Amino acid sequence: MGKSNFFVLICLSILILVFPLIVTDSYNLTIGVFAGINALLAIGLCILMGFAGQASLGQAGFYGIGAYVSAILSINYGLPVAVSMVIAAIVSGISAIAIAVPALRLRGHYLAVATLGFGEIVYVILNELGPGGPSGFGDIPHLNLFGFVFDSSQSNFYLVWVFVILVVIFSFNLINSRIGRALKAIHDSEVASNAMGLDVAVLKIKVFILSAVYASFAGSFYGHFVSFLSPSTFSLFQSILVLMMVILGGATNIWGAVLGAIIITILPEALRKFEELDVLVYGIILTLSILFIRKGIVPLIIDKLKVEKKHA
Amino acid sequence: MLEINGVWKTFGGIVALMDISFNVNKGEIKAVIGPNGAGKTTLFNVITGVYNPDKGSIKFNGELISKLSSCKIARKGISRTFQNVELFGHLTVLENIMVGRHARTKGGFISSGLKLPSIIKEERSIKEKAEEILEYIGLKERRNELASSLPIGEQRILEIGRALATEPKLILLDEPASGLNEAETIFLSRFIVKMRDELDVTVILVEHDMGLVMDISESIVVINFGEKLAEGTPVEIRNNKLVIDAYLGEEGLF
Repeated sequence: MGKSNFFVLICLSILILVFPLIVTDSYNLTIGVFAGINALLAIGLCILMGFAGQASLGQAGFYGIGAYVSAILSINYGLPVAVSMVIAAIVSGISAIAIAVPALRLRGHYLAVATLGFGEIVYVILNELGPGGPSGFGDIPHLNLFGFVFDSSQSNFYLVWVFVILVVIFSFNLINSRIGRALKAIHDSEVASNAMGLDVAVLKIKVFILSAVYASFAGSFYGHFVSFLSPSTFSLFQSILVLMMVILGGATNIWGAVLGAIIITILPEALRKFEELDVLVYGIILTLSILFIRKGIVPLIIDKLKVEKKHA
Repeated sequence: MLEINGVWKTFGGIVALMDISFNVNKGEIKAVIGPNGAGKTTLFNVITGVYNPDKGSIKFNGELISKLSSCKIARKGISRTFQNVELFGHLTVLENIMVGRHARTKGGFISSGLKLPSIIKEERSIKEKAEEILEYIGLKERRNELASSLPIGEQRILEIGRALATEPKLILLDEPASGLNEAETIFLSRFIVKMRDELDVTVILVEHDMGLVMDISESIVVINFGEKLAEGTPVEIRNNKLVIDAYLGEEGLF
């Protein structure tokens, strides 16, 4: 992690620390928690898509598995929430292998459609076999760590965002390592990657697992925070939102995923004053930003800073 | 070192390689020549495991490799460059070489993400080795530029550097002089010989530049329509009637 990334990390940490002290109403704090949960989803897709070049429209599937498995384990089997979350992550990781297998053969749009199919399968299973069916179920226990129960918006805000910070650090370490270079290499040329002795198939499977595990934790946090789950949260629309976050923020940068998640989460709230026109304005803003900042916000800022540095 | 024995490769109804056999000795520079579409690149793809041969066998240092995947063959010590330069365009020059170290290093997803001390150490050694190779191929000043921004001549040299980073025993160069000007070609031919002498690698070369081929190769295989037409020293090939008719032409290019 370079100097500038470290600086941004410190700024974000301070912001996370201060935010709940300034914003005390639980509604806005809840939005903050959701932004953090979405950031986890977006970082996973960012590594998968922006770095390794593997498109996915099925992130909501892993998100749903993480939420449901963890909730069901803690309710029906009385497992501690932390343990349920880890098991859910393992289940998501294993299901990621199922989706990675077609990924070994498919590319681009075809891969996107295959992953979309996976997301829809999970969605149908949650509807048909999930507790409460389409109407969902409640009374999901909160996370309890060493006797401290994360039941308030404030405690969940800290919980989720500290986890986001850890995931950001882990992800930066990863993309700046031998593995990260290999992922970027696969993105550029699979045939050359193979010829250099990179096991492209195994790397692809592993990066799918990684993004699935991130999404799974996001889902688990969601379930144990809101205490209520229904399948509609994990529909195709959620996968598309995650894709929007990554593209808007900038798919080639981890910070882009975080920023994109924050913007996409807050935007609908900020547009409340447009009343029934809010969806229209939302759509216009997204369309314009994709049209004019195709690389995404964070890469655009980095380019601007580089140009200024040259002139200075 | 490399024994190719009765190798066949067909695509649908098209026979790309027909009963090809030849050996490559350790430390030699061997050229494979022939008209466009003769199957030279297919031969490289079969040796490096991009395709497996339909029939026949390929042995490397006595070990059968013709059923292995591309990645495993690379790890055995066969590396290559590509006719249409396949660099990692979004990576820098240095990073391209560092990717070449992948097969010789171990760090996994979790240890890399946690940046364990072993990873920091390994990363340092990857970088040192890559810097060494950059120095060797003379692209040190370009280290932080994107690979895709280099002129074609330097891209071809960088591709060789990336292949060298895998510590190959055998290196396959697919038209390394294509797109190069005369000065660059001379530099390249000297570089290939120097690399063979100093780094103890064996070289197989596909090339259309007959000046380069005759100049540096010790043995030549001629392929035409997927079939081996002739094999011999440059002098023998130059005077071979079959080869002149099929490829070199009466006037000669030398």
